[in-house]
Amino acid sequence: MKTYYNPEDLKKFGTIGDLQKSMADKFFAYYAEVFKEGALTAREKSLIALGVAHALQCPYCIDAYTTDTLEKGCDEEQMMEAVHVAAAIRGGAALVHSTQMMNKIKEISM
Amino acid sequence: MKSLKAQLHSLADPEEELALLEERHPGGQKNNFQSHLEGIGLFPLQPTTLEIFQINLGKMCNQVCKHCHVDAGPDRKEIMTRETMKSCLDVIQNEPFLNCVDLTGGAPEMNPDFRWFVESIRSIRPDIKIIVRCNLTIILANPKFHDLPEFFKRNTIEVVSSLPYFTAMKTDAQRGDGVFEKSIRALRLLNEVGYGIEGSELVLNLVYNPSGAFLPGSQSELEAEFKKKLKERFDIVFNSLFTITNIPISRFLEYLLRSDNFENYMEKLLSVFNPSAAAGVMCRNTISIGWDGYIYDCDFNQMLDMKVNTPNSIHLSEWDSSALSNRSIQINNHCFGCTAGAGSSCGGATA
Repeated sequence: MKTYYNPEDLKKFGTIGDLQKSMADKFFAYYAEVFKEGALTAREKSLIALGVAHALQCPYCIDAYTTDTLEKGCDEEQMMEAVHVAAAIRGGAALVHSTQMMNKIKEISM
Repeated sequence: MKSLKAQLHSLADPEEELALLEERHPGGQKNNFQSHLEGIGLFPLQPTTLEIFQINLGKMCNQVCKHCHVDAGPDRKEIMTRETMKSCLDVIQNEPFLNCVDLTGGAPEMNPDFRWFVESIRSIRPDIKIIVRCNLTIILANPKFHDLPEFFKRNTIEVVSSLPYFTAMKTDAQRGDGVFEKSIRALRLLNEVGYGIEGSELVLNLVYNPSGAFLPGSQSELEAEFKKKLKERFDIVFNSLFTITNIPISRFLEYLLRSDNFENYMEKLLSVFNPSAAAGVMCRNTISIGWDGYIYDCDFNQMLDMKVNTPNSIHLSEWDSSALSNRSIQINNHCFGCTAGAGSSCGGATA
């Protein structure tokens, strides 16, 4: 069956440089730098990435950062809380726009 | 839960395990462990100086952990005799560079001659480090084991204990229902006699291994997290955390196959093959002794029945130091577990 997403494709991420090497090299160097231990620990960054992966609904990222957070010693409860953070922001982003709706209601209603 | 052996499972047969590790290896023979060692000039793999003498006192255990590479459990009756222990003592006395005796199992404390053996080692080599790989719950399993912390202290034993996580859910999923709560109680008893306390010479190290088909993260980061959480939640202290990669043999291999994770797990190990971890593998400075006195390069080779490659010195009764120090270490694809990422050994990360 043909599908748009194939888990095997995640392993090919590195090959994006085949078509444009210098940009890919810069991107992967930047990516590696971002996820290094810094003001935030590598573990905290991995949990943020897991939350963002869910907000973006990227299946590759979800696979990658579920594994990565487990490897970094996060437990299921922490991981699910990270997903709830993503869900709260996404839900909140929708709901906060209702203020615009309410403004418009006021503007055009008698 | 029964052992694979008691279930008459095909993976209780080392030949079956080795055939599978070779036949289903990603990339086949040209991508095997030997070719990886050849690529970095380490084949044949040779020992350095023999420093660690690891002895498996038997496969009997009060726990049946899902990932156990020994396939240990209450239904395993293989146990080392006092006579074989005496042969071990001869080696310990006569090998000058040995600085560590590492006692494992099963639960080594369940061997009826365990205490006699520990005291004998201590009396012939007062200076040597003696490690007991204690599963913690054994201390509470029976009143006759309740004084183990005192016994360990009296003989200046270094205690190394598995605790896969600082929560019950993950620990019990791997090691059995109720294991976490008992482990915490046992750790408190060890702390009470001075183990793991700052300034004390009594060393308590913990072992973390992933509860699933993924690799351990950074040893230092996990150690910091474990220290913080165990102190905050349970007021427990310890010295070091060793991260150990699950080796794809025995029950963990059975899990990988059953969960359809085998190929992905092996690919992951291969993708992070680390030449410096390969140079520092524990089998180079270790000898592993089976419950029946046979000699192996490591505890994993022991479980795969891959005896040392010294045809005239494969048993303690024919111990030949010079043959052993000139041997080639037996390898197969399970060895990728020790060379992945930061490396893995019975003492944690190696690279």
